[in-house]
Amino acid sequence: MAEQLQALGRKTTAGGAPLTATRESLWKDALRRLVRNRAAVVGGTIIVILILAAVFAPFIAPYTYDGQILKDQNTVPQWILNLFPVMKNYAKINNNYLLGADYVGRDLFSRIVYGARVSLTVAFIGPIISLIIGVIYGSISGFFGGRVDNIMMRIVDVLYGFPTLLFIILLLAFFRGTLARPEPGTFSYSISQLDAQMGGMLFIFIGIGLTAWETMARLTRGQVLSVREKEFIEAARTIGASNLRIMFRHILPNIIGPLVVAETLAIPGYISTEAFLSFIGLGVNPPTPSWGAMISDGAQVIRTYPNQTIFPALALAITMFAFNFLGDGLRDALDPRLRGTQ
Amino acid sequence: MTDLLTVAGLETQFRTREGLVHAVNGVSFNLKEGETLGIVGESGCGKSVTVMSMLRLIPSPPGKVVAGQAIYQGKDLLKMSDEEIRHIRGAQISMVFQDPMTSFNPVLTIGRQLAEPLEIHNGLSLQQAYDRAVQMLEMVGIPRAKERLNDYPHQFSGGMRQRVMIAMALICSPQILIADEPTTALDVTIQAQIVELVKRLRDELGMAIIWITHDLGIIAGLADRVSVMYGGYIIEEALVKELYANPTHPYTLGLLNSLPRMDETDHRRLYSIDGLPPVLLEKPNYCPFAPRCAYAVEHCWHENPSLIPVGPGHTVACWVDPATGRER
Repeated sequence: MAEQLQALGRKTTAGGAPLTATRESLWKDALRRLVRNRAAVVGGTIIVILILAAVFAPFIAPYTYDGQILKDQNTVPQWILNLFPVMKNYAKINNNYLLGADYVGRDLFSRIVYGARVSLTVAFIGPIISLIIGVIYGSISGFFGGRVDNIMMRIVDVLYGFPTLLFIILLLAFFRGTLARPEPGTFSYSISQLDAQMGGMLFIFIGIGLTAWETMARLTRGQVLSVREKEFIEAARTIGASNLRIMFRHILPNIIGPLVVAETLAIPGYISTEAFLSFIGLGVNPPTPSWGAMISDGAQVIRTYPNQTIFPALALAITMFAFNFLGDGLRDALDPRLRGTQ
Repeated sequence: MTDLLTVAGLETQFRTREGLVHAVNGVSFNLKEGETLGIVGESGCGKSVTVMSMLRLIPSPPGKVVAGQAIYQGKDLLKMSDEEIRHIRGAQISMVFQDPMTSFNPVLTIGRQLAEPLEIHNGLSLQQAYDRAVQMLEMVGIPRAKERLNDYPHQFSGGMRQRVMIAMALICSPQILIADEPTTALDVTIQAQIVELVKRLRDELGMAIIWITHDLGIIAGLADRVSVMYGGYIIEEALVKELYANPTHPYTLGLLNSLPRMDETDHRRLYSIDGLPPVLLEKPNYCPFAPRCAYAVEHCWHENPSLIPVGPGHTVACWVDPATGRER
C-alpha cells in the first residue's frame, strides 16, 4: 500500500496529516521508473560509454585507425593465444596490440573504438530521418483521415514492398562506379563528392531513410487516429484552436511516448543495416572503420585469426543489446500497463 | 433586449451505413442578450447536434448542415470561413461539455489548458494568461488556484474539473456560453453546486446561456425560456414558468409526468412515455410523436404540425389541444 501511494507520487507526512500530491510531470515520473529498471540502466550506461568512446576516440585509441605497420600484420597478443591454443602453431605474438592487429597491421582495438563513430552516427541519424518524415507523414494521414488517409497509406503499402537493397546497390553502382567517373560539375559528381566527404555514409542514410519512416508513419497514423477522436480534441476545437495547434499541442504530446519507444527499439535495426551494408562492401569507404566492414575483413581469416571477427562482432552485439534494453525499459517506464508484454 | 443569436431553419443530416439520418429538421430559435435558454429532450433528439451545427463542429463527413442560418452579430456562422469561425469559438461563443473527465488533455497541466483560449484569441503570453487563469479559477471557487495551475487534470475531482471547464469557457468573456449537459456526469450535490456557480457567474458576467439537458428540474431553476425538442424538431417553446404551469404538447406533458416527485406519499409506478424514440432515417410527413402519443388523431398521421402560438411567447407544434382532447 505504501509503495502504491508512493507510485502515485504522493507522500504522507507524520502524524496523519492530509495526503498531499507532489507535482510530477509525465517525464519525471517515467525517468523515475526507468532508473529503477536495472536492464535499462545497464543499457543506458553502455550507450553513454559508447558515446564517450566515439567522441573521444583519438584519446582512447592507442593507434590511429588507418596506420598500417605491415610487419605487425595478423599479430596476436599472448592472452588471446591462451584463449585459442591452436593459434600457437602459426601466430606471431605481439603484445603491443590489445586485441591484435589485422591483415595490414592496424590495431583492432583502435579500429573498434573509431568504429563506434559510424554505428552511433547511424543510431542517431536514423531515428531523426524516420521521425521527421514518418511523424509528419503519419500525422497528416491520421489527422485528416478519409480519402487523404487512404491514399497516403496505400503509398506506404506500395513502398513497403520496395526493394531497398537493390536500389542502394544500383545507386552505388551509379555514383561510385569506377569505370565511368562522373564529370565535375554534374549532379552525379556532386553526389559522389558528398558521399566521399561523409566517408561513404550518404547511401547508408538514404537506405535507412527510404524504409525506416514507413513503419513510423503507420504507427503515428494509428496513434493519431485513436487520439483525435478523444473528447478533449473536440474541446480544443470549441475554444478555437487551429488544426496545427491541435496537432502539435494536443495530439503529439499524447502519442510521443509510443513513438519514442518504437524509435529506440528500431535503432538496433539501423545499426545492423549499416553493418550489413558495410559487410557486403556497400557501406563506408575504407579505411574508415565500421564494425560491419571489420567483420567482413575478419571473416576471410576466421579460422586462422578468429579474434579479428569476434571482437567487432561483440562490439556490434553489445551495442544492439544496449539499445534494446533501453528501449524495453523506456516502454515499461512510459506505459507501466504494458510491462512484460511484447 | 436585442437578439444576440438567431437560428433559422437549421437542418443537419448524417450519412451512415443504414441511410441518411435526419438529426435536426429545421430548428429555429433565438437568444437574447443575457438570456438563458434551456433546450430539453431525450437522448438522440438533436439537442447537441443543433448547437454543434451552429458552431460548425459537426465532423464532415459523415455530418452535413444542409440548410438554415445562424446569425450572430449580423453574420451567418454557417457561411463564415474556417478562420472566421475559429475566432468566434472560445472567444465569443464557448462550450462546456458533459464529461469533465475526458474533456481535458491528460498530458497538459490545467494552467496550460486554461491559458490556451487567451493565447489563441488575445495573443497573450503564457505569463499574462496565467494571471488571468488564476483569477478565473478563484472565480469558479478553486482553492489554492495559483498552485493548482501546475496540476494535471487527473489530480482534480469531477466537480472540480467541471469548474475548471467552466473557467476555461469563460476566460475570454464570451457573449454566449453553451452548456451541453454539463451536470449529467456529476452526482446530485455537485450538480447543485455547478448550477449555483453558473447562476452566479451569469449574474456577474452577464453572458447569455444555452443550457442543454434532459433534466427538467435543473432547467426550472435556471432558464428564462425553454425549448423542448423531439426527433430533430422543436415541438414546444415557452417561458419557463409558462411551460411548467401550462405544458401543452403531449410530449412535454409526458416528460413532466415522468418526473418522480418529492412530495409523493402513495406508492406508484414511475410514469414513462410508451414506445421508443423515433428512428431518424426518414423525415416524417406526419407528427414525429404520433406513434407514442395518447392524443393522436387522424390528422396527426397526415401532416407534421409546425409551431403555432398558444399564448404569449408560448408556441407548440401539435394538432390537438390536450386540455380538450380535440383538434385545434
